[in-house]
Amino acid sequence: MKYSIMVNEGPYTHQASDTALHFCKAALEAGHEIFRVFFYHDGVNNGTRFTVPPQDDRNIQQEWSKLASAHDIDLVVCIAAAQRRGIMDADEAKRQGIDGNNIAPGFRISGLGQLIEGGIIADRQLVFGD
Amino acid sequence: MSTLHTVNKSPFERDSLSSCIRLAVKGSAILLIEDGVFGAMAGTDHSDMVQAAMKDASVYVLGPDLAARGMSEDRVIDGIQIIDYSGFVNLTAECNNVQSWL
Amino acid sequence: MATKKFMFLNRKAPYGTVYALESLEVVLIGAAFEQDVSLAFIGDGVYQIAKNQNTDGIGMKNFSPTYKALGDYEVTKLYVEKESLEARGLTLDDLMDLTWEDEDDDYAEKPSIRLVSAAELAAVFDEQDVVLSF
Repeated sequence: MKYSIMVNEGPYTHQASDTALHFCKAALEAGHEIFRVFFYHDGVNNGTRFTVPPQDDRNIQQEWSKLASAHDIDLVVCIAAAQRRGIMDADEAKRQGIDGNNIAPGFRISGLGQLIEGGIIADRQLVFGD
Repeated sequence: MSTLHTVNKSPFERDSLSSCIRLAVKGSAILLIEDGVFGAMAGTDHSDMVQAAMKDASVYVLGPDLAARGMSEDRVIDGIQIIDYSGFVNLTAECNNVQSWL
Repeated sequence: MATKKFMFLNRKAPYGTVYALESLEVVLIGAAFEQDVSLAFIGDGVYQIAKNQNTDGIGMKNFSPTYKALGDYEVTKLYVEKESLEARGLTLDDLMDLTWEDEDDDYAEKPSIRLVSAAELAAVFDEQDVVLSF
């Protein structure tokens, strides 16, 4: 079965991103496909590579990046939500005249249409949020 | 099965669980996750509401979230099934769609 | 692409959190995909479409007029749960007048808001392919 996932909260403050990760891992283990994970609202904060949690804590951003590279998952950060919250890739930083970017490996910034398209293409759409 | 409803909020904090129960058709599945697991406990102010809902819906609770919060499986309302993440995945595949009550 | 039934589930009041605004942004983008779109307003979500919103004093954009534009995007099914409205001491008169023009009926103006009971709304939910919760 093909899944599309929406994550509406950032890491650490809410459990949403952790639950979504556990769900994705279990789904992949059962032989399902995770077609896309769309990060919206504060969920875009899952996609900054400047995340440095204490060593005894999990690194949620890296977990997403690792999962995406191992299973070819499309991690999409909503551009409108990202701009509000300071998540940038190199192209967007250039366009906005900002001197740096922080998008994490395996994540890409794109529009809300990707969320709708995910819902159309996938067999199941799940939302994790607050 | 028809719809799988997920509830991740404590019934003591929000109306997610009561709204879900009010708006779930007969034959739905309801899965309590994250802080939603407190809704699965027996002997609370909300147990009667959940037990009444179990006449029309199958209710599940995510075991890892219970354990994390120190909630004993023995104190889960009789008839609520305790599942893990792979059980969660199976439910989403068996049901026609998934609706989150945040 | 296939047509699916999309439901946008709104259960939070505007301004206190960003969910109402960013939900509306998804609805507007989603309209371009020509899916069968519905919105539901449950619980505090009914406050999103209250009349007379004025944000002058809080320095935030009043986005309530955008709901009036939904009809132009062919988003014409806005379900409001009766029980939620009544629990908050509100009636339809407290909500914005949201309409759409039916081009198949000589552009007659028709109400977009559908006041439904919990049981009726439950049946609508059960028909959906995709439910996006905010």
